[in-house]
Amino acid sequence: MVDAQRHVLSVRDLVVDFVQDTGTTRALDGVSLDLHAGRVLGVVGESGCGKSLTARAILRLVDRPGRIVSGQVLLDPGAPRQQELTALDPKGEAVRAVRGGRIGLIFQEPMSALSMHYTIGNQIIEAIRAHGGLGKAAARDRAIALLNEVGIPRPETRIDAYPFQLSGGLRQRVGIALALAADPEILIADEPTTALDVTTQAQILALLRRLQRTKAMALMLITHDMGVIAQMADDVAVMYLGKVVEFAPVQQLFAAPRHPYTRALLRSVPNIRAVPRERLATIGGAVPHPESRPTGCAFHPRCPEVIAGRCAIEMPPSLLPDQEGASCFHAAVGA
Amino acid sequence: MLIYVARRLALALITCAAISVLTFVIIRLPPGDFVDAYIANLAVGGSSVSADQAEAMRHEYGLDRPVPVQYALWIVRVVQGDFGVSMVWKRPVTEVIGDRLWLTMAVSIAALFLTWTIALPIGIYSAARQYSIGDYIATTLGFIGLAVPNFLLALILMYLGFRYLGLSVGGLFSPDLAQAPWSWAKAWDLMVHLPLPACVLALAGTAQLVRIMRANLLDELRKPYVMTARAKGIGEIRVLVKYPVRAALNPFVSSSAYLFPYLVSGSIVVSLVLGLPTVGPLLLQALVAQDMFLAGTIVLLLGILTVLGTLISDLLLMWVEPRIRLQGRA
Amino acid sequence: MSVTATTTSEERFAQATQLQLTWWRFCRHRLALISLGVVAFFYLIVIFADFLAIADPHATDARRSFIPPQGISLFDDGAWRPHVSGLKGVRDPKTFKLAYAPDPTRKVPVQMFVHGYAYNLFGLIPTDLHLFGTEKGQAIDGIFLMGTDQLGRDLFSRLVVATRISLSIGLAGVAFSLMLGILLGGISGLYGGVVDTVIQRLIEVVRSIPTIPLWMGLAAALPNTWSVTQVYFAITLIISLVSWTELARVVRGRFLALREEDFVIAAELAGASQLRIILRHMLPSFASHVIAAVSLALPVMIVSETSLSFLGLGLRPPAISWGILLQDAQNVQVLAGAPWLLCAAIPVIIVILAFNFLGDGLRDAADPYG
Repeated sequence: MVDAQRHVLSVRDLVVDFVQDTGTTRALDGVSLDLHAGRVLGVVGESGCGKSLTARAILRLVDRPGRIVSGQVLLDPGAPRQQELTALDPKGEAVRAVRGGRIGLIFQEPMSALSMHYTIGNQIIEAIRAHGGLGKAAARDRAIALLNEVGIPRPETRIDAYPFQLSGGLRQRVGIALALAADPEILIADEPTTALDVTTQAQILALLRRLQRTKAMALMLITHDMGVIAQMADDVAVMYLGKVVEFAPVQQLFAAPRHPYTRALLRSVPNIRAVPRERLATIGGAVPHPESRPTGCAFHPRCPEVIAGRCAIEMPPSLLPDQEGASCFHAAVGA
Repeated sequence: MLIYVARRLALALITCAAISVLTFVIIRLPPGDFVDAYIANLAVGGSSVSADQAEAMRHEYGLDRPVPVQYALWIVRVVQGDFGVSMVWKRPVTEVIGDRLWLTMAVSIAALFLTWTIALPIGIYSAARQYSIGDYIATTLGFIGLAVPNFLLALILMYLGFRYLGLSVGGLFSPDLAQAPWSWAKAWDLMVHLPLPACVLALAGTAQLVRIMRANLLDELRKPYVMTARAKGIGEIRVLVKYPVRAALNPFVSSSAYLFPYLVSGSIVVSLVLGLPTVGPLLLQALVAQDMFLAGTIVLLLGILTVLGTLISDLLLMWVEPRIRLQGRA
Repeated sequence: MSVTATTTSEERFAQATQLQLTWWRFCRHRLALISLGVVAFFYLIVIFADFLAIADPHATDARRSFIPPQGISLFDDGAWRPHVSGLKGVRDPKTFKLAYAPDPTRKVPVQMFVHGYAYNLFGLIPTDLHLFGTEKGQAIDGIFLMGTDQLGRDLFSRLVVATRISLSIGLAGVAFSLMLGILLGGISGLYGGVVDTVIQRLIEVVRSIPTIPLWMGLAAALPNTWSVTQVYFAITLIISLVSWTELARVVRGRFLALREEDFVIAAELAGASQLRIILRHMLPSFASHVIAAVSLALPVMIVSETSLSFLGLGLRPPAISWGILLQDAQNVQVLAGAPWLLCAAIPVIIVILAFNFLGDGLRDAADPYG
């Protein structure tokens, strides 16, 4: 049930390869996603499924040996000012105006995502001035305002602090302020709370939710935590081995998951209403290395509902963007 | 920060003390004492010294007292600037050394700066363009630089200069200015002659620093804060220089601190080959002639100046590293 | 886990010891592997030095002074007959001094396994067999692959024999540094606290002293009356006085890291003695690091000895080392007349390069993440 709200970003059949001596590895295998203004898209999957890589590929921050092979990333699709990010020079002016300017990125590790050699003010002001054309004093005022907005107490003194002088929670708030520096319409948060403790995690999520709503931003929230998804997302894309395997509005996904992988993921989340002392379900096996991608449906070796003679040979139909469904023979796409 | 400075100063003092003890050991090592050597030296000249006179001299220099007392007496005189008399030159040691000590330092410091200015850009380039042709060339040259001991390099350059250019490439001054008092012309002459020995000395250190810079920068480039900076939308070169290079600079600067003693060491041997008027040739002569006060003083002064150089570069490092600078503050 | 004939590569990795894993990783560094071969080759030369030498490295002959390098011609009139040119006396028209120069018209055959000067193979078996040379004919003839020095000694033979001292002094020095390094680094890492602080400061002090002046001072103080062997050991000792610090640093670092490892704590909880923990559990897991550090320390030792001997303060003739050979090349006038004296620099550079590549490869293999 996706609202007919404005598309701000479309990812179409994005394919990313890693070319190494040992061979080429397909890390993203045709990812398609849509971001809408004022909505939160949750992207969920186990580690190594290509969530973070998708985020970096959107901003053209995939480094060698990684390479975008095909597919499109469109900013403002359909609008007159539509920009094809995948067609831009990854080092050029145009893509740099998008980075931070139109799309802000928030990172997982607030400790290592900030340089220890400059004050947080220096790092935020740099981001502001890279896009705004503000003077030094004005940029500093704006940085203080931003720090205030993300809930950092005494921002006018904290602005001159170094990252190592702040707690983890405060550092992640600085990370958010940094991403907001140039007032982007799109925010990509790559596991923003994974490195934080539970209480701080809740505060940061609440902050993100509030900022996203008040600024009517499109938020792409990458996480492996189904709890975070339930709390934050409007729509959910489930990824497995470089592919989106299921897409659905959040209630729909939790109420009636279509893909066996999604069902397995949901079963492995602890539930307060579950039978006490019952064993938590796990997904058998581990995510295969993209190098040794199984034939047919990539999930078939771990799938409890595998159809013998079919899943291992045939590819299940791919998902159309923005359309509910699962890439699985059990679930008719778009049903 | 004050604690850090204090600790660093204390360490420098301890090092100086250790060097002074070692120097004293070196002075005392040859069989017989200073007076024996002095008498032997006079005997060569035809004059002789009576046993009484020898005893009196021993007493005057405190050589009849226990070793620790001798060390104390010696160190007190050294602190007052009295380093004793050179037996070979029959002049106070300080006079014999003269400008040579400063020239040694000039060569070493020039080599240090040369090392920095060459190693920094090459190291950055090598890391930023890893596995490019330039990187391979830099790496190969680096290994060769590491493998050719600097005295061998000096030797080969001397030979090539002599063989193909027909000139003697050694020395720090033109022959007509070598004995002249200091003037602008002489200072300029020094500037002209300094690059060659500085290059010879700098090669091995440069190779080492390029490797350190490359390795550190490669580590830093993989860190998330680089991605953060790029995601801000600032230019690639600005990102590179402001963030990872800045971070990789710390190990670079701190390894320079160990480089300085190494350069001073190297300058001794290179000076001998290139015939530079530094303390190197003087030290060798003094050691061969067992002129121990002269040799000891050179070792002592070189050691102390090196410790000073290392101290300065460590304090610099502290200044550029905010985490150390802000230690102890809230 | 049972070992079956169809052991997969994964199982092979799972069963491998730390050292085996290190070795496999090492084998991926092609340059390091080649360097290992080069180093092995040089140590073979060390073992068979006298057998490979052509002429007695100590035998002087004023008539052979400064003969340029000669190549061996393999064919004579299209037939396999390796030979070199003989020498003939030429009187200098100005000085009337008799000098010897190659005479291409006279061919001296080169033969394998000839009898030459007597020596003890491996220091034990008396023999006079050499790999190749000329039959004892005219005393003046010989093979001078790298020419001769002022005293008419064959540089190739001297270089081969010099390898023995130059490379063994490195080993002896490293062995000594290693003892100091493991002892002090081990104590430092094992006990920590004040002991650690003191040893760490000591290392910093030693590292900030310029080494060459210090070595020169110490080496010059060795009595002239000492024998070659005594000087050899004294020089080894002097060089290792400085170079133990790096080894101590590595050992301490590993000790500190390993002390926190679960398997060490488990062994402690199981009541194993301190010594047993160190020997049985900790030593094997940092052996590869130590091997890497050693191979990086060796070239430093070799250069140190070469520098000291070059200055005339290290080993003294009649001992033959690379540094002593290079000492002859110190004077640029001599060098201009006899550039082949610089040949002694070639093995120095090759060996140092090889040890550096080897050490780098070993270090990467021992510690792929750090």
